[in-house]
Amino acid sequence: MKASTTESLDIEAIRSDFPILQREVNETPLVYLDNAATSQTPEPVVETIAGYYRHTNSNVERGIHQLSQEASIAYEEAHDRVAEFIGATGGREEVIFTKNTTESINIVAAAWGLEALGPDDEIVTTQMEHHSSLVTFQQLAERTGATIKFVEIDDDGYLDMDHARECITDDTKLVSVVHASNTLGTINPVAEISEIAHNHGALVLVDGAQSAPHQPIDVEAIDADFFAFSGHKMCGPTGIGVLYGKRELLESMQPYLYGGGMVRKVTYEETTFEELPWKFEAGTPVIAQGIALAKACDYLDAIGMERIEAHGQELTAYAHDRLSSFDDIEIYGPPADDRAGLVSFNVDGVHAHDLSSIVNDHGVAIRAGDHCTQPLHDTLGIAASARASFYLYNTREEVDVLIEAIDDARQLFA
Amino acid sequence: MGLGSDMYRQQILDHYKNPRNYGELEDPTFSHTGENPTCGDTIQMDVVLADDDETIERVAFSGDGCAISQASASLLTEMLTGMTLEDLDELDRDDVIEMLGVDISPMRVKCAVLAEKVAQDGAKIHTGEIEIDSTKTE
Ligand SMILES: Cc1ncc(COP(=O)(O)O)c(C=O)c1O
Repeated sequence: MKASTTESLDIEAIRSDFPILQREVNETPLVYLDNAATSQTPEPVVETIAGYYRHTNSNVERGIHQLSQEASIAYEEAHDRVAEFIGATGGREEVIFTKNTTESINIVAAAWGLEALGPDDEIVTTQMEHHSSLVTFQQLAERTGATIKFVEIDDDGYLDMDHARECITDDTKLVSVVHASNTLGTINPVAEISEIAHNHGALVLVDGAQSAPHQPIDVEAIDADFFAFSGHKMCGPTGIGVLYGKRELLESMQPYLYGGGMVRKVTYEETTFEELPWKFEAGTPVIAQGIALAKACDYLDAIGMERIEAHGQELTAYAHDRLSSFDDIEIYGPPADDRAGLVSFNVDGVHAHDLSSIVNDHGVAIRAGDHCTQPLHDTLGIAASARASFYLYNTREEVDVLIEAIDDARQLFA
Repeated sequence: MGLGSDMYRQQILDHYKNPRNYGELEDPTFSHTGENPTCGDTIQMDVVLADDDETIERVAFSGDGCAISQASASLLTEMLTGMTLEDLDELDRDDVIEMLGVDISPMRVKCAVLAEKVAQDGAKIHTGEIEIDSTKTE
């Protein structure tokens, strides 16, 4: 069921699904603004995990008995549900369950990249990538002799699309781009990038870790060849990620891990592999997590991804406006009305870790550090930044608490 | 709830804003650097030993980073003056926390002990006990 897109969210009802939001930190109510790192988990998802272990727990694919059948069906259907969530009309065959975004990206590097790339080839990525793709493709380039190029960002934190067009050539075999930057909050024009890449015969990997939780996703409209994201940032459990891949591509790729569960016929001499997606899910897979991720998709869709997106944008714009009212706060990335649900900043004279420690005393959880984008921080000329990131259960009042806490830190260090 | 954290009592803020013995020494007996990658803190400690090659006569630090790491370095320069290398070697994390006079949250201990570790490693390099380029607290 999809909810209507017009009314705003019933935040109180949503908050009641997240008991953790009732807890206190330092004797004050928790204000959880670290959603870009990990989101909280609603009761229906927690119940799904508990329910699975209470009623269905069993191994999949191998058993004839009732529990194994039930677990297998639920686990397989979870792939279909996730496919639907991201607009993959190919269904389960295009959805591989992994451990997290990082593993999804590593599968592409290992199962596709090591075979496909050589010294004359190029990988094009951007200055704002998360380490999970940046480090992976840096290593892939090193192993295959391929060249890696980084599309630059401009002063507002947007990708320089002219530079992108320069970087992507007929030698480019892969373009890897983050959909929404976890540091700048930039939402990249992935469909446009994908068109440029395809015109040069390159494949496109979109890192959707920060987009899948916050906006409607249609991998086919983007025309992504691969799309990677994590369950724990979208109301699902930890321990599960997704790699979407176009079916004919996944079919052409060799498995990444070998073992049980991914095989059809095994002799001492040779093995034939299972069909998609099981070919890429060796060993006992992430059963409870996969079923719970499907439940998280139900939960988010019932509220409505358009509405979740609008709520995130509204809160982010509000936080951005309030932070901008201080002359000694520098905010990174695009303007208030054009960003993903997060804002990274620094207070002049207060190290981000000190800031995070002080706002923690007000019960406020924000992130401080390099957010796994060290090269981007180097480009920005800073060692660290503070980041507040929002989700469907956050309120304007919580932004006010954050601002008050930051003001406290400013005064302390003045 | 009062202004700010217990971790940021006056002494820490004072040493952060007005660091003591800040800078580099002209002819240090030894000089050593280190970093705490999680916060991006960097510290250099310069030490001049007395003629006995044992007693710390002068100490200075330079660096950049969070208030805990920088205040800790500043306080340490005061504490080390007059100590011997053996005294320095015996310092541990609890001594540093006692010197700071506040509770340090577990995630920030690395910031607090950076200067101490840099001074200790610098001394050990000087006496030939170890051979490293730079110190890290992780
Ligand atoms: C943009 C982006 N890509 C990748 C990741 C890695 O996700 P995970 O740690 O779940 O693999 C994250 C989050 O940490 C992210 O924000």
